[in-house]
Amino acid sequence: MKLKTFLLGTCSALLLCGFANAETLTIATVNNGDMVRMQGLTDDFTAKNPDIQLEWVTLEENVLRERVTTDIATKGGQYDIMTIGTYEVPIWAKQGWLLPLDNLGADYDAADILPAISSGLSADGKLYAAPFYGESSMVMYRKDLMEKAGLTMPDAPTWEFIGEAARKMTDRAAGINGICLRGKAGWGENMAFLTAMSNSFGARWFDESWKPQFDQPEWKTTLETYVKLMNDAGPQGASSNGFNENLALFQQGNCGMWIDATVAASFVSNPKESTVADKVGYALAPDNGLGKRGNWLWAWNLAIPAGTTKAAAAEKFVAWATSKEYTALVASKEGWANVPPGTRTSLYQNAEYTKAAPFAKMTLDSINSADPTKPTVKPVPYVGVQFVAIPEFQGLGTTVGQLFSAALAGQMSVDDALAQAQDVTTREMTRGGYIK
Amino acid sequence: MARAVSTRRTIFFTIAAWIVALIIFFPILYTIITSFKSETEAIQGFNLIPSGTIESYIDVQTQKDYFKPFMNSVILSVGSTILALLISVPAAWSMAFSPTNKTKDILMWMLSTKMMPAVAVLVPIYLIFRDFGLLDSRIGLMFMLMMINLPIVIWMLYTYFREIPGEILEAARMDGASLWGEIWYVLTPMAVPGIASTMLLNIILAWNEAFWTIRLTTTNAAPLTAFIASFSSPQGLFWAKLSAASTLAIAPILIMGWFSQKQLVRGLTFGAVK
Repeated sequence: MKLKTFLLGTCSALLLCGFANAETLTIATVNNGDMVRMQGLTDDFTAKNPDIQLEWVTLEENVLRERVTTDIATKGGQYDIMTIGTYEVPIWAKQGWLLPLDNLGADYDAADILPAISSGLSADGKLYAAPFYGESSMVMYRKDLMEKAGLTMPDAPTWEFIGEAARKMTDRAAGINGICLRGKAGWGENMAFLTAMSNSFGARWFDESWKPQFDQPEWKTTLETYVKLMNDAGPQGASSNGFNENLALFQQGNCGMWIDATVAASFVSNPKESTVADKVGYALAPDNGLGKRGNWLWAWNLAIPAGTTKAAAAEKFVAWATSKEYTALVASKEGWANVPPGTRTSLYQNAEYTKAAPFAKMTLDSINSADPTKPTVKPVPYVGVQFVAIPEFQGLGTTVGQLFSAALAGQMSVDDALAQAQDVTTREMTRGGYIK
Repeated sequence: MARAVSTRRTIFFTIAAWIVALIIFFPILYTIITSFKSETEAIQGFNLIPSGTIESYIDVQTQKDYFKPFMNSVILSVGSTILALLISVPAAWSMAFSPTNKTKDILMWMLSTKMMPAVAVLVPIYLIFRDFGLLDSRIGLMFMLMMINLPIVIWMLYTYFREIPGEILEAARMDGASLWGEIWYVLTPMAVPGIASTMLLNIILAWNEAFWTIRLTTTNAAPLTAFIASFSSPQGLFWAKLSAASTLAIAPILIMGWFSQKQLVRGLTFGAVK
């Protein structure tokens, strides 16, 4: 009896000690399908790490960005792990706001991360964030409408071909728009698309001495091509359309082509959501014969803020969520088509994945063809394909995006939009000390 | 003849009132309708007839815990209201019954604090909360919500108290009532309808406050506003789920508002017509 009491007491004490020692990690994230799926699979992590509990804070992308920026800048210490984009990582790493990921484990295989992705997440040879999923952009098109137009989509189309195909596919009486592109103002909305598009026309945001380049002919050609194409073959009210609006239009069969994030491929090819799932083809983002394509590069990444007191536990979680084993776990539970794409070379060597995801090769080619350090034809002083990795870019990109969105809506001319973009960018860059 | 004109006027104003009410209520109604659509239906465009699916409610319940943010909303809105009343009743009493020539200026100054955009003071408030260990705490947020709504509460109570004849309080004083007795036994019972409607309005304002409740919380103190915000998605369809989450979040306050509408209307129009 005494022994039983003793054992019971000891067990209770150990259990209490266990709870007392359990660390709770607070993870800030966005409400994307892959992130939601990860939250549902964390039992695997907590079973392997019973001393670590997880708490999730899910927020809308812009609110999340503002929340984590405030917290990290003021060293609030509210989060142990943050979901941040490729834009933030180099800026925050330079500020000393992120911890380098030095202890991801012997079997993590960091060399397996796609070079294009890891180059955007590293500084001084150290990885500051681990990619959870990566994406580029590509052309998604309706094979049946292309055939009806008497055309064949090449694997690597030009802007000229895209324009011709869009105009031929357009049948507004039948509700078919030849092409759907982002028009909603925002640095991560229309400017992500237009900056990537401008790279293929040889345009750049700044020259080597940070002088804005919106007064150059390359930008004028880019914006004129975009506005004319959308006026001729785009949907009505396109200046309000972002990713989700175009996704809905394409899924409902209202778009002949859509150039957007590679992750959209899994949505448009899903017969549960898309009415055109069996008619979708994929091609690389268009070029203009200048050696650069109009595709971007983006990843949602897990990073550890410098203010956390639970760095070791946080790194364990980051390693688990971005590992090859996690990919295998998702595949075993939800199928290969649902694994987070665009981060690891080994995924694209997996025959089961390439069979389940017909867009896999195009995604990989798109990611590999984007170079954040040499995004456009001419040299630039910045890093980033569809963004400029400087703190001022969020505000600048959104302001310029509003001007270009107004040009698309016909509220101002292309020339006026470019002139105003040049003025506002020059003013802000001078104020920021970039232009002496 | 006069009766016919009067009837026509009544019918006209009744219809006009219904139209205005419907316009005001329509966003809420459409949110509820959208919550019973599939994601594909929800983004297809304007449509008042949903398919009636409850899959969004099931998804919302599966993805997130509703009870904890609901309880936080209750605690924060009721707690901040009690705190606000404890401060505002004496403040409004002093301004209504012992005014000075600066009373109006003070009232205007208090109201002017509502004119400042909240984001302008985000960083200082965040730093204060961090230094006092109040981030993600119910106490801190309760205090914040009380501070936000205090100017409106004081203004409302001041308006009610001014309607109470000062002679009654004088009579109480002559009967030997202390200051506290005067407020508690004489003023408060007479102002109960006003206090009740102020309380209800403050609960609604605190329940719906989204800027600070999202920015000063993470998991422990996050109320239903944070619950709603978690269903917005940058990549993927989310309108139906977001509408279902919004419907679940506003349902309690909508029901409370419905049952207390008489008090609310009376409180809000008190003193407006003389």
